[in-house]
Amino acid sequence: MTHLVCCVSAEEERRVRANDREYNEKFQYASNCIMTSKYNIITFLPVNLFEQFQEVANTYFLFLLILQLIPQISSLSWFTTIVPLALVLSITAVKDATDDYFRHKSDNQVNNRQSQVLIRGSLQNEKWMNVRVGDIIKLENNQFVAADLLLLSSTEPHGLCYIETAELDGETNMKVRQSVSVTSELGDPNNLASFDGEVVCEPPNNKLDRFSGTLYWREKKYSLTNQNMLLRGCVLRNTEACYGLVIFAGPDTKLMQNSGRTKFKRTSIDRLMNTLVLWIFGFLVCMGMILAVGNAGWEKEVGSLFQSYLAWDTPVNNFLFSAFLSFWSYVIILNTVVPISLYVSVEVIRLGHSYFINWDQQMFCSQCNTAAEARTTTLNEELGQVEYIFSDKTGTLTQNIMTFNKCSINGQSYGDLTDPLETQLDFSLFNPLADPDFCFYDDKLLESVKVGDSCTHEFFRLLSLCHTVMSEEKSEGELVYKAQSPDEGALVTAARNFGFVFRSRTPGTITTTEMGRTVTYSLLAILDFNNIRKRMSVIVRNPEGRIRLYCKGADTVLLERLHPCNQEVMSITSDHLNEYAADGLRTLALAYRDLSEDEWEAWSESHRFADKATDCREDRLAAAYEEVEQNMMLLGATAIEDKLQEGVPETIAVLSLANIKIWVLTGDKQETAVNIGYSCKMLTDDMTEVFIISGHTVQSVRQELRRARERMIELSRGSGGGVGKQLHGSPLPPPLPLSNLMDNISGEFALVINGHSLAHALEADMEAEFVSTACACKAVICCRVTPLQKAQVVELIKKRKKAVTLAIGDGANDISMIKSAHIGVGISGQEGIQAVLASDYSFSQFRFLQRLLLVHGRWSYLRMCRFLCYFFYKNFAFTMVHFWFGFFCGFSAQTVYDQYFITLFNIVYTSLPVLAMGIFDQDVPDHRSLEYPKLYEPGQLNLLFNKREFFICIAQGIYTSVVLFFVPYAVLSNATQSNGVPLADYQTFAVTTATALVIVVSVQIVLDTGFWTVFNHVFVWGSLGSYFIIMFALHSQTLFRIFPNQFHFVGSAQSTLLQPVVWLTIALATAICIVPVLAFRFLKLDLKPQLSDTVRYTQLVRQKRRKPPEGRLGARGGSRRSGYAFAHQEGFGELITSGKNMRLSSLALASFASRHSSSWIDTLRRKKHTHTPPSTSGEKTTRLSET
Amino acid sequence: MMASSYSAKDEDGHITVSGPGGGTLRNKKPENTAFKQQRLPAWQPILTAGTVLPAFFIIGLIFIPIGIGLYVTSNNIKEFEIDYTGDDTSSPCYNCAKNFSWNNTKSCTCTIPFQLDQPYESNVFMYYGLSNFYQNHRRYVKSRDDSQLNGNIDSLKVGASSPMASRKKKKPSKECEPYASIDNKPIAPCGAIANSMFNDTLKLFYNDPNGTSVPIPLTSTGIAWWTDKHVKFRNPVGTNSNLTAVFQGTVKPVNWHRPVYELDTDPENNGFINEDFIVWMRTAALPTFRKLYRIIQKKNNMAPTLPRGNYTLVVDYNYPVRSFEGRKRMILSTISWMGGKNPFLGIAYITVGSVCFFLGVVLLVIHHKYGNRNNSANISN
Repeated sequence: MTHLVCCVSAEEERRVRANDREYNEKFQYASNCIMTSKYNIITFLPVNLFEQFQEVANTYFLFLLILQLIPQISSLSWFTTIVPLALVLSITAVKDATDDYFRHKSDNQVNNRQSQVLIRGSLQNEKWMNVRVGDIIKLENNQFVAADLLLLSSTEPHGLCYIETAELDGETNMKVRQSVSVTSELGDPNNLASFDGEVVCEPPNNKLDRFSGTLYWREKKYSLTNQNMLLRGCVLRNTEACYGLVIFAGPDTKLMQNSGRTKFKRTSIDRLMNTLVLWIFGFLVCMGMILAVGNAGWEKEVGSLFQSYLAWDTPVNNFLFSAFLSFWSYVIILNTVVPISLYVSVEVIRLGHSYFINWDQQMFCSQCNTAAEARTTTLNEELGQVEYIFSDKTGTLTQNIMTFNKCSINGQSYGDLTDPLETQLDFSLFNPLADPDFCFYDDKLLESVKVGDSCTHEFFRLLSLCHTVMSEEKSEGELVYKAQSPDEGALVTAARNFGFVFRSRTPGTITTTEMGRTVTYSLLAILDFNNIRKRMSVIVRNPEGRIRLYCKGADTVLLERLHPCNQEVMSITSDHLNEYAADGLRTLALAYRDLSEDEWEAWSESHRFADKATDCREDRLAAAYEEVEQNMMLLGATAIEDKLQEGVPETIAVLSLANIKIWVLTGDKQETAVNIGYSCKMLTDDMTEVFIISGHTVQSVRQELRRARERMIELSRGSGGGVGKQLHGSPLPPPLPLSNLMDNISGEFALVINGHSLAHALEADMEAEFVSTACACKAVICCRVTPLQKAQVVELIKKRKKAVTLAIGDGANDISMIKSAHIGVGISGQEGIQAVLASDYSFSQFRFLQRLLLVHGRWSYLRMCRFLCYFFYKNFAFTMVHFWFGFFCGFSAQTVYDQYFITLFNIVYTSLPVLAMGIFDQDVPDHRSLEYPKLYEPGQLNLLFNKREFFICIAQGIYTSVVLFFVPYAVLSNATQSNGVPLADYQTFAVTTATALVIVVSVQIVLDTGFWTVFNHVFVWGSLGSYFIIMFALHSQTLFRIFPNQFHFVGSAQSTLLQPVVWLTIALATAICIVPVLAFRFLKLDLKPQLSDTVRYTQLVRQKRRKPPEGRLGARGGSRRSGYAFAHQEGFGELITSGKNMRLSSLALASFASRHSSSWIDTLRRKKHTHTPPSTSGEKTTRLSET
Repeated sequence: MMASSYSAKDEDGHITVSGPGGGTLRNKKPENTAFKQQRLPAWQPILTAGTVLPAFFIIGLIFIPIGIGLYVTSNNIKEFEIDYTGDDTSSPCYNCAKNFSWNNTKSCTCTIPFQLDQPYESNVFMYYGLSNFYQNHRRYVKSRDDSQLNGNIDSLKVGASSPMASRKKKKPSKECEPYASIDNKPIAPCGAIANSMFNDTLKLFYNDPNGTSVPIPLTSTGIAWWTDKHVKFRNPVGTNSNLTAVFQGTVKPVNWHRPVYELDTDPENNGFINEDFIVWMRTAALPTFRKLYRIIQKKNNMAPTLPRGNYTLVVDYNYPVRSFEGRKRMILSTISWMGGKNPFLGIAYITVGSVCFFLGVVLLVIHHKYGNRNNSANISN
């Protein structure tokens, strides 16, 4: 048993002996200290600089800097490069340092949490980071699990304990963990201290749902599974305390293993920008080559003859070497076409946009006091290009709150809200046990209960008996229900408020208070729910001895099993059911059946027999259930609203008007998912067809997909869509490529695909078919998908459609998809915050998505594009002047401008106006972009900045440079000052060109800026002003007297700018540069206005004729569709009748109910009170008196 | 760039998630300021026909008169140019140009007769022009020591051979190489620019109709920038005010005939502050350039400065340009408020103005015929 060969690098198996630190230390397992920070004070500077110089751009500028130190090459002073480089490096370093500081802080906070460790037989408080593998630690209720533990014992019977794993996998329901029976008996710390079992198990991995290991103790082997494990990140619930043995600690825990390093996301603009920068670099090399060739020619033809006046530099002995040096010299002076400030400016702009997102009041949720947060600052403009949204359902589209909304009893429908002002019913007078949070508006139903309508009574009696809810009574009358699914909780609560209060249960009885009278039924059997049966029943004997079966289930299955005499009620009820379904409500049909004593005896016998069967027990049980659930009498139907988050249908409508396709990926069942699809108007009854893919084999899935496509083509041909025309054109329809054909599908289709079918559809040979089918549909719903599949679907679309994807979700099960999508959005609030932490943006309401995309995303994209266009234009205009000058200065790499001007041009003279435009510009105001979702389209089509736009900018820049060089050339070469001194000297020329350049690019930014805030004014005029002030300062006598060798341009500014000819030249150059641009823009605007231009124009003329977005809202027709959906799981019936969970201690339940805001019980209790903030823990953890 | 997605405080999630709205929690609601909500008041210009078309017309209407004014002014300026390179055998300077040698101590003189058809009123400016001369070459431009020219005595010191000494005593800047020193003696003024200074001497004579040749007085001061003369260029101030003594220990540039302290007899125009030198040191932007050489001051209000008639230009031919196919010119010009003759500016203004005006008309037509400015009514979604 003693393997001393321990592998730190590749651990093959893990051995842990309890209470034996010395033994465990041999293996050097990771401690429980986690470290997510990258630097410390000493390593920061070298490591950070090293990282920064791994960026190509930074290395490039460093290389330039080195080139500039060679005197024969240096065409510019070293400071022209080092000043911007230092600026860039320090800004990035400060940002990195801040980030790391916060990581240090949060690491410390977690590492210093207290936990109780069993050391030498006594419990001692230890910091989390000091917990070692092999320690036994005690956890108390509602504590976070500190490391991955093997559950040893618990205060609950059978060594059970309850955990909530929302942080880990996003599932909100509680999970049960059980210790191995031998250790569960250990109980108290004294026994545990002497426990010396050894665990041999798998090495650390990231599989959350799997664990395999063996416990060796007292010469015996016990196998361990995931059922015995408590993982870090879980929270202990409903359990007073438990003890666990640390198996994996710190970085080895499954939580940390899962949180791995994420890919750094880049936006498509980023990628384009990198390509363009490479191109520009190639362009730069070409320019360098041309000028070097020119230099060779010049030096050979002219320079060699000119040597009497200008000798070659010492190492240069022929024209070729001179050309070689001149190439590098030109690389240095032309490098400003890719200015280093580009990257910094882009970061600054994105940071600004992120702050605007954080500051947006309209994305602030006052109920949960959460503002939207841009967690990454690098993706903003991509928000303006989204084409596909992948959304989680629960907690994202829905609130995961169920409300009893309507019901149909004996052919009479209740709960139709005719008058919206109708007041909420007050149950407290009628029923002291009523849940005050329950809302219902139709007083007819209450009347019917009060007058004692037998059907109504029976209806609610059913609801109070037929369920698997557990109840706790804190004090008399203060009931707390623990339902396994929220729908069930809603039904039982409804019954409670209408006078049929479920009080308590034992394995054999159910006690209710019916209209104030306590009745105890004996529970004879629970015919449990499962997905095939889609119904559950209970058989109870009332105090009078009558045996009755109560059944609730899907209308599709239940209506088939009714007694023929129900025909009339059934037809009315199914009409009601259809109405409810059309409203997107979840429906259940309710029925009962009386059983005689004999029937019961006979059935009970067959049931017992089936129950004991060893083979095919499931099938036999199902058959037995089937046998008794016949000839039932219909009572009515219930309709439960799965409450959508606020504004979901509207948001979806607006987003789809903006041409964004929305896919819902949910772990829910098909019925639930489809139901939500209808209620949030993704699916509508007037859709041409909804395809459901639920095949279990590759073949069937392929076939179903094919059939769907054929149907689509057929239908759209029928409707005379684009495909139809195409096909009619040729006598024999040629086998068009799949994608072509499918792109032209018209008509509204929807696709619903099941998880198991999706698994096949995602296989390599079918994914093309799947994508083309799914993308032809308006709406796609994938149900029963695993977190991995969610990510796969996103990856598939990314790969196949090359479209920008956005994933939005709230649970840990959405993390994979959030991480793999271009943009991940986390809904903060309900299910823990793991999703938020993995996300790039977070906010608390789905409806904020439309503002994030249509307003912030759109603006960001627009601003970034305008910024980039202008930036490239500006730098080409600035730099290319050197190129033209090269032809007149012997290709000697002489710069046109003063070196200080070159240094400051990008970082002082022209940086702020374009930054202000990049941060503040707006083409249309925010409400307009929501009003006209089509405004979003240019982003999706990538119209504002692409290679074409880039070339236009470059061309404009080059044109400007030509004008800026040749106009002064033509004017100044013969001009003189008014005192006769020629103006054609180098310094005058430099000042004239520089001034003209600054003025032209300023006029251009004036043209480009569409939204002149005070900042724009200050920056534009300030930059112009600063140019003149700084120039006069640099050309002043004072500076020259101090450093005569540095400031050659003394006096040039005033001497030049006093000349009218110079100003006339500048004005001329400006006019020649700007007039064509102005004419071109005007023509474009006048002849082919974009939607945004039109909207802007109408804004201007103040024709405020508001037009609401024409949505697909409203239209709903009668459909023959089942609204059944029930978020219920199998197995709880058995647990109840076995009585195993009956000591869900009151304490545990009470505190459970209070702790976690997202738990079902809270949602139930809060129900309609969603507008009040969720209650917190502290105040309600008072223990309940034992009932 | 990689980022770790896990932040340790995550597990604490619920603690940070809000509580019962009690006053204990900070309200995180963003401030409702115009800045943060991006509602800053803003001017939103838009290119409409109402703004763009008038702009074109206005530009046209401003530029055309300016252009006409400039053109007329430029046409009123009189300019005379004569090339005396001596490339051509018929040229009077052919012999001087052909026989040029750097070793000639005696300068070659040639006389070029010319005729002015019009009288030149007011002050007349005399320029020399060079072509194909790359004063804007990078190596040429930087080859000077402004510190030396500004009278810094250290830059005139002997370059020390030992590194210890060189740290204390400066010598002409490295930029001046290879014209920094000869035999370890610093050159004053150093550098390629100074070395290649234009040293032809030009004299003008008016051939009176009665046969006498009258020399025309040429003013050689007032031809440089004020800042150059008074700030940038200063003679080194040594222990005594005698320039010769100050420049003791330096050598003249290789191509020069005289040392820098003998450029002129006038002490205000000698040494580094000699205006011919200053003018030369202000390098030209383009390979063809002219530099102000002398000013012919107007004498009285009655007679023109240069009456029409025959003149003779007498050149002391010292400056070789044939080796690199350069040209030398002498230019006489009068001047206006906008400087010398410059027809391009006027023509350019007239052209741009007309183009603008024409564009305005064309755009107006296009706008009326095809412009489909949507009104709000037909914004389609």
